[in-house]
Amino acid sequence: MRLLQAHRRAGGRRLALTTGLVAALAGPLAAQTIAITGGTVYPVSGPKIEHGTVIIRDGKVAQVGAGLAVPAGAQVIDATGKWVTPGLIHAGTTLGLVEVGSIGQTRETREAGEIDPSFNVAEGLDPFATPIAVARMQGVTAAFVAPGDGLIAGQGVLIGLRGERMEDLVRVSPAAMVINFGGEGRDAGGGTTAGALAKLRELFADAQEYDRRRAEYGRNALRPLAASPADLDALLPVLQGRLPVVAVADKRRDIEDALRIAREFRLRLILAGGAEGWMVAPELAQAGVPVLVQNLRDVPRWDALNARLDNVALLRRAGVNVVVAQNDDGRDRDLRWSAGNAVREGLSWDDALRAVTLAPAQAFGVADRMGSLDAGKVADVVVWSGDPLDFASQAEHVFVGGVEVPLTSRQTALRDRYRTLPPQ
Amino acid sequence: MMIPRRASAAAGLALLLGCAATTGPASGPAPAQARDSATAGWSVDRPQYPSTYHRRPNPPVFIRNANVLTAAGPELHGTNVLFQDGKIVGVGNDLTPPAGAQVIDGTGKWVTPGLIDTHSHLGVYAAPGTFAEDDGNEATNPVTAEVWAEHSIWPQDPQMPLAVAGGVTVIQVLPGSANLIGGRSAVLRLVPGRTVQEMKFPGAPYGLKMACGENPKRVYQNRGPSTRMGNMAGYRTAYLGAERYRRQWDAWRAHPNGDPPARNLRDESLAEVLRGRIFVQNHCYRADEMAQMMDLAREFGFHIRSFHHAVEAYKVADLLARDSVAVSIWYDWWGFKMESNDGIPENAALVQRAGARVAIHSDSEDGIQRLNQAAGAAMQAGDQAGIPVTREQAIRWITANPAWILGIDSVTGTLEAGKAADVVLWSGDPFSVYSKALMVWNDGWLAFDRNDPAHQWRTDFNLGYGGPGVGE
Repeated sequence: MRLLQAHRRAGGRRLALTTGLVAALAGPLAAQTIAITGGTVYPVSGPKIEHGTVIIRDGKVAQVGAGLAVPAGAQVIDATGKWVTPGLIHAGTTLGLVEVGSIGQTRETREAGEIDPSFNVAEGLDPFATPIAVARMQGVTAAFVAPGDGLIAGQGVLIGLRGERMEDLVRVSPAAMVINFGGEGRDAGGGTTAGALAKLRELFADAQEYDRRRAEYGRNALRPLAASPADLDALLPVLQGRLPVVAVADKRRDIEDALRIAREFRLRLILAGGAEGWMVAPELAQAGVPVLVQNLRDVPRWDALNARLDNVALLRRAGVNVVVAQNDDGRDRDLRWSAGNAVREGLSWDDALRAVTLAPAQAFGVADRMGSLDAGKVADVVVWSGDPLDFASQAEHVFVGGVEVPLTSRQTALRDRYRTLPPQ
Repeated sequence: MMIPRRASAAAGLALLLGCAATTGPASGPAPAQARDSATAGWSVDRPQYPSTYHRRPNPPVFIRNANVLTAAGPELHGTNVLFQDGKIVGVGNDLTPPAGAQVIDGTGKWVTPGLIDTHSHLGVYAAPGTFAEDDGNEATNPVTAEVWAEHSIWPQDPQMPLAVAGGVTVIQVLPGSANLIGGRSAVLRLVPGRTVQEMKFPGAPYGLKMACGENPKRVYQNRGPSTRMGNMAGYRTAYLGAERYRRQWDAWRAHPNGDPPARNLRDESLAEVLRGRIFVQNHCYRADEMAQMMDLAREFGFHIRSFHHAVEAYKVADLLARDSVAVSIWYDWWGFKMESNDGIPENAALVQRAGARVAIHSDSEDGIQRLNQAAGAAMQAGDQAGIPVTREQAIRWITANPAWILGIDSVTGTLEAGKAADVVLWSGDPFSVYSKALMVWNDGWLAFDRNDPAHQWRTDFNLGYGGPGVGE
């Protein structure tokens, strides 16, 4: 068992090295030019364009604008009367890591321990997991896929929702280190918040110590450290500010703890959950911390007594970069309607669309490659029949990395089998 | 509307039996009797936790120039709604506000009946969600028909006001699904109460929670049942006992000579199912299991009022229509376990098209706040797949149909004259993600006003523990 674990861990580290820089943003199988014409284009990075054209070439957005000439030989998609947006980025899911929630064999979200910084979820991804196709049909084209519980849950990755191999899916690995403040993260600290924070500080200090004195560690000339070399190594990009930390925290105290730790160790913080974030919105804005909001949660819990549905709007009003990242197993496809609910609770429509496109790209530091319709970005594009944030619309064309994906899934196969009863 | 006639008649009968708060031996007789029997007689003839609900006063309300989905006819535009003394007076352009009426401008807004959730655990799995509020599953025996959900319900559950803010006026609180037969449900009006008795919907028949499939066989895998065939044997054994019990009691009631038969709370609930006075509310996901349960019901001569969750209902929609069994379903929640793995968003539309009765339920303290959205999403999913659903049908999924499932459809669930004034004023189209419930009237009483904290229920738990409330 230990051997297996060590082997997997080593694999995870190798993966981090080879795909660390968007290695998998390879172009489509065949070079192809596509022109989406006549639609109302919402680039998100700028104002909407009536009767706009989006030209996709070799997997990238080549041009966006009004009155563009259609390149010779391009496949033309007439989007007259349609809405064209960037593909949606789901910033808090288990897409590809879970097929059936209750079946352990199909779950790849959780390491056994409380402190697993070297655990990277990428090699557990199943490109054929049904929820991927289901989410894609609702315009989700990319996702931040994160590990689960523990104090340091491990490394999440950014994936595009297309491909047959892990390497096809993974765009950035690792994309962030997931740390749980409060909640079950406290178990690693003897069941208390202060204990968990002390444990974190010890781990961070030991990682730095290990990095400074590797030779002594190799000679057994160093005191015992708080974690294995693999785990301490995995923390270094975090401590060097190269890898963001997704700090999961709902309670105001826990958010403030995360902010304090981030200041001490100069971490790049992304807050996730953030139920009581509205209570410290100015501090979050000041610290430049984006928030991945579970924006449909308002039921009081001991770690979120002040949860409220307009949290996301209040945070935005204070200047926070907000990301709508509602996650419920099996409901990843509902992301666009979660953004619609944010509008219902006071966020502007433009900010809501941004909160599921450019805002998550910015939060994870990949806005130069994803999140809006701008020349040079990965061509994740959706053509909608109407307002993507409301129920009366549907995705009619979905492009992931410049390739149109079929809008079918196991669900549509079931539906079509039982359209007439008894089934034929 | 596709309402099987036979089932409607059954509902009427149940209400006739239920309305006087005398639903058989297990429900409360009149107070005078209670005094007499305090010194003599038997527990069975004394009141059994009767409702003490009273309608709260409210001035008449006249909503003018609104769009209205009555759940009993076509969508109306630019019309008026009047209710008074807890009853719908009417919907139409010929109405005028009576003296003292509160007149509300409904221009650009929508009015619907209050929403009804057939599947809730509010109060039995109350917030803040610790083990201390975990009162929904008496998971100590596969058959616990003797437990009543109302004996677990905490009226200070802070989740209740959140549901009201979503336009919900009536809920059925069910025991959980650990057991084959989990116990009696409670039908509540979502109004503040110190006691659950103050919330109990007068005259509503009890439901009996039954559960198929994975949950019971997982919970009891070491003692049995541990298989689906074991589940079936468990139901059959329970109803065999109840069959005998019912016969003994019915005989004694007809000729009450000597002492009554020994009272048994478990059999008492099941016997009421056999008499048609308690409605079976059956958690069941898979198509093949629903068919088994319909055969079980035939074997013992009872009727399953609704399957709950029923993610595979679309596979047997014709059988559901044949047996007049309704379904209480999500629009799209699937994949969290094997028996939910075949869930599809067109489930509601396909079942509707087959002529069976659809309700959208929540089974969730979050989902209950957005039942209107779930109905909207399910309606659109049908339309987009070429299975058209009308708005008039979709509104019934969250109003009239759940009222039928709970056996209260002659009292509430539509905006027809004479029905209880359970009314929601929406900021816009209730099937849009952008719309909010602005005002909610429960039995004519203003239970929620988004713009007035004085009309926003705050439970005891909300006091002093923060909780910003709604709309602040």
